[in-house]
Amino acid sequence: MGKPTRASFGEALVELGEKNKKIVALDADLSRSVKTAAFAEKFPERFFEIGIAESNMVGVAAGLALSGFIPFCASFAAFVAGRFETIRMSVAYCQANVKIVGTHCGLGIGEDGNSQMGLEDLSIMRSLPGMVVIQPVDHVETKQAVAFAVQHQGPVYLRLTRQDVEDVNPRDYSFQFGKGVVLKKGKDIVLFATGALVYHTLEAALSLEKEGINAEVINIHTLKPIDNDLVIQKAKEFKRIMTLEDHNIIGGLGSAVAEVLSENEPVKIKRIGVMDVFGESGSPDELYQKYGFDKEGIMKSIKAFMKS
Amino acid sequence: MLDFSFLKLILFTYTFNFGVPLMDKTIKESIKELAKKMRIKIIKMLYTAGSGHPGGSLSCVEILAYLFSQKIKRTRENAFDEDRHRFVLSKGHGVPAVYALFSEIGILKEEELYQLRKVGSPLQGHPDRVKFPYIEVSTGSLGQGLSVAIGMAMGAKLKNADYTIYCLCSDGELQQGQMWEALMAGPKFNLDNLIVFLDYNKIQLDGWVDRIMPVEPVKDKIASFNWELYEIDGHDLEQIDKVFSKMKRNNGKPKFIICHTIKGKGISFMENDVEWHGVAPKKEDAQKALEELEES
Ligand SMILES: Cc1ncc(C[n+]2csc(CCOP(=O)(O)OP(=O)(O)O)c2C)c(N)n1
Repeated sequence: MGKPTRASFGEALVELGEKNKKIVALDADLSRSVKTAAFAEKFPERFFEIGIAESNMVGVAAGLALSGFIPFCASFAAFVAGRFETIRMSVAYCQANVKIVGTHCGLGIGEDGNSQMGLEDLSIMRSLPGMVVIQPVDHVETKQAVAFAVQHQGPVYLRLTRQDVEDVNPRDYSFQFGKGVVLKKGKDIVLFATGALVYHTLEAALSLEKEGINAEVINIHTLKPIDNDLVIQKAKEFKRIMTLEDHNIIGGLGSAVAEVLSENEPVKIKRIGVMDVFGESGSPDELYQKYGFDKEGIMKSIKAFMKS
Repeated sequence: MLDFSFLKLILFTYTFNFGVPLMDKTIKESIKELAKKMRIKIIKMLYTAGSGHPGGSLSCVEILAYLFSQKIKRTRENAFDEDRHRFVLSKGHGVPAVYALFSEIGILKEEELYQLRKVGSPLQGHPDRVKFPYIEVSTGSLGQGLSVAIGMAMGAKLKNADYTIYCLCSDGELQQGQMWEALMAGPKFNLDNLIVFLDYNKIQLDGWVDRIMPVEPVKDKIASFNWELYEIDGHDLEQIDKVFSKMKRNNGKPKFIICHTIKGKGISFMENDVEWHGVAPKKEDAQKALEELEES
């Protein structure tokens, strides 16, 4: 049984904070939701409650980073990435060593609806020079991605889920920054997925075996820098490429893959994502069904693409 | 020692009522009844939805009940009139209170309330003016509503229209920088057609406001930004009514009413409890809450 990647992040932050006293955490009245509450309890002197003031949180984090600390500032992706221009100037332009954590990404948050859904954050964050953008897929990968963020010198954006995600990686998994992970080999079509959609994509691919479609599934955890070599190599191997993400169709994984391939290895791509609309309220499962993000929806998209 | 406190009380009662007409008893009773029905529906809605924000929905019930019944006088028929009074719920997560009110004034059917937060429902978890046009402004990201309300008040002035803009904010929102940018702009543009209510329930999501990030002294801060300032008990209908009788319309000053409220008001085990900020009651708690409300 999986757990939300925000929970894995919270655990990792405590473990890493134990060893590295430079790690500090900042909060904007959501520590229980973004799971920094445990860090706050354990290291109260290294936890700063800023209040419902995300811009100030980002700016203060930049100041702490420029003073030698490694600040993690976390809020819902919609709110923290929404402070774009502060991030652009005080973090990215300053090359401040700030780790920005956006939880509650995508339709997967469910009932709270659009205002609390991070649906454009990958697009925004990818556009900033020097910003590393990572969306880990499960518990082990999240824990290692947080450790990577600590040792990486420079701004990092981590995109995390509210909802449980199933484990797709083995226990002895080792996170390689910037490298896609082949989860299932195939020969008919390659599916690049990220975040919560990876598990559903894998399920869909396994079911399609019985229908004679042999799909390869690749987890892209690092969206920036994107794994150019792997993407180009797979485009050479496969005639059909599909990307899948719980994010607006503009600016996320689909765009990143299209950017690489249009210049290097033009091939037909089908992008699955939120079709340039805002999110809405509903249970996570129902929303995934409605937007074609569950196993059945993904199978349908793959079959349609194979016929095209 | 002689105890003169009784004198103070007499003096207080005298100054309080003198010269200001007391609120009509039947009107007061009808608003109280409206508030009670709203609370019942809030609990039922949140229980059915299985998620949502009870605390901050319950703390603003009297303000909304008074405002919509006495001032905005919203009906299904006048809801889209050009010269209607506007209401902006800046603290968007409190929207169940607005939905409950709308069902009491004939804008929503009761069964529609229980579609809250379901796929395809116009009643989104946070207000959505596109899916549900009876909402004036989509909110849910805290700290933005007041700016929009200011723009609406400026728009009314530009059009020479004399409708009023009402805006309901929360104390946690005062932590957002944009709030203070808006608070600077209101007096600059002489927006005496703008009335802001602060639902000052002293609690936010993770805890008490004064521990998360103190906002005090609220009164001094807002007054020093040149707003016409009032401070009342936000559950006391007579005090809300009295503020309106004092407010001056054409003096070029936007109005700010600090309403001291209780988070979770009306349900004993929810009152002043941080845990009830964003958790819907399960069956047993919902039943207990409804029993309390019925008996009140
Ligand atoms: C910009 C932004 N940051 C964070 C949140 C998440 N959030 C929802 S409600 C809430 C606390 C609200 O407390 P308060 O503003 O005092 O409202 P009330 O007590 O009246 O419910 C928070 C932090 C949000 N909705 N918007």
